[in-house]
Amino acid sequence: MIGNTIAAMLGVTPAVTNSYESISTTTLGSSASSVVFSSIPGTYTHLQVRLSTTASAAANYYCQVNGDTGTNYSWHELYGDGASAASGAAATQAQGYFIYCPSTNPTVAIMDFLDYANTNKYKTIRTLAGQDNNGPGRVELTSIGWRNTNAITSITIYPSTGTFSTNGIFALYGIKG
Amino acid sequence: MASTYTPIATTTLGSAAASYTFSSIPATYTDLVLIASTGSSFSSSADAYQLTFNGATTSFSVTRLYGNGSSANSDRYTTPYAGWISTALGADTIHIMNYANTTVYKTAITRSSSEGTYSIAGATAVLWQSTTAINSVKISGTSGNLLSGSTFTLYGIKAA
Repeated sequence: MIGNTIAAMLGVTPAVTNSYESISTTTLGSSASSVVFSSIPGTYTHLQVRLSTTASAAANYYCQVNGDTGTNYSWHELYGDGASAASGAAATQAQGYFIYCPSTNPTVAIMDFLDYANTNKYKTIRTLAGQDNNGPGRVELTSIGWRNTNAITSITIYPSTGTFSTNGIFALYGIKG
Repeated sequence: MASTYTPIATTTLGSAAASYTFSSIPATYTDLVLIASTGSSFSSSADAYQLTFNGATTSFSVTRLYGNGSSANSDRYTTPYAGWISTALGADTIHIMNYANTTVYKTAITRSSSEGTYSIAGATAVLWQSTTAINSVKISGTSGNLLSGSTFTLYGIKAA
């Protein structure tokens, strides 16, 4: 039942129950310029990162996988800032962008790394992220492409400037197929 | 690895109601996920879900992004809107992140899909400017009642 519900939310075919597992969590005891999940096992079908963090400055939030800093990423975004809706895109990027955070208030994001261990296809990361500031905020839907067939074994998340603040929580989950 | 995404409570409305409240929510999870499959009795336009945390309806602010079939829009409010409802059953998934942390303000993010005479697909970011742990969540319509047959399920996700 639970697995079926989660699978339905992700838009994938349910196969087993109790298929959502916590893999690793980082709760920041001090500010950090990045958070890394490494040695990710290839035993799941999908990964999900759930983060809730404040930061020291307004910033873009990015991700990289497997430490790849080459220009192998592309992304498309649909976002609203409280005044208008817009869409943007970029190709041949050195990282995947998933939200612009206009203030230091809490930002939350749910990032789905679909079919992350499949070595026959490029990888797609789907995100839902948001921040409200009792002023200009941001809601953002993003797709990130990583043009590489390697299984994803590490994920790095970082802001374009400044640091994530103490008490930020970054959790990695695995979803079995 | 520890299995999680645990159902905390679920209900199906036997008759129309103005709201539904999950109370006495344990603080033992990291995030809450509320999945609502509901309709609204309001038929003059799209109705909007509203959230209440711990009985509070103030200190909220919301940024919304939505499409209504003809245009994409974004706006913001200090009313805790968390999605859209039509007279036909729609779906709303509300992620209440880091809900039990007593050092930070709370932010929820939602995905909403409603189909009917006034259909909208959208997402919202909801800020509650309180460091209090959330122990109750009320969901309601803005202009109409939640229809009989509406279902609400609350899950807890625990980071290991």
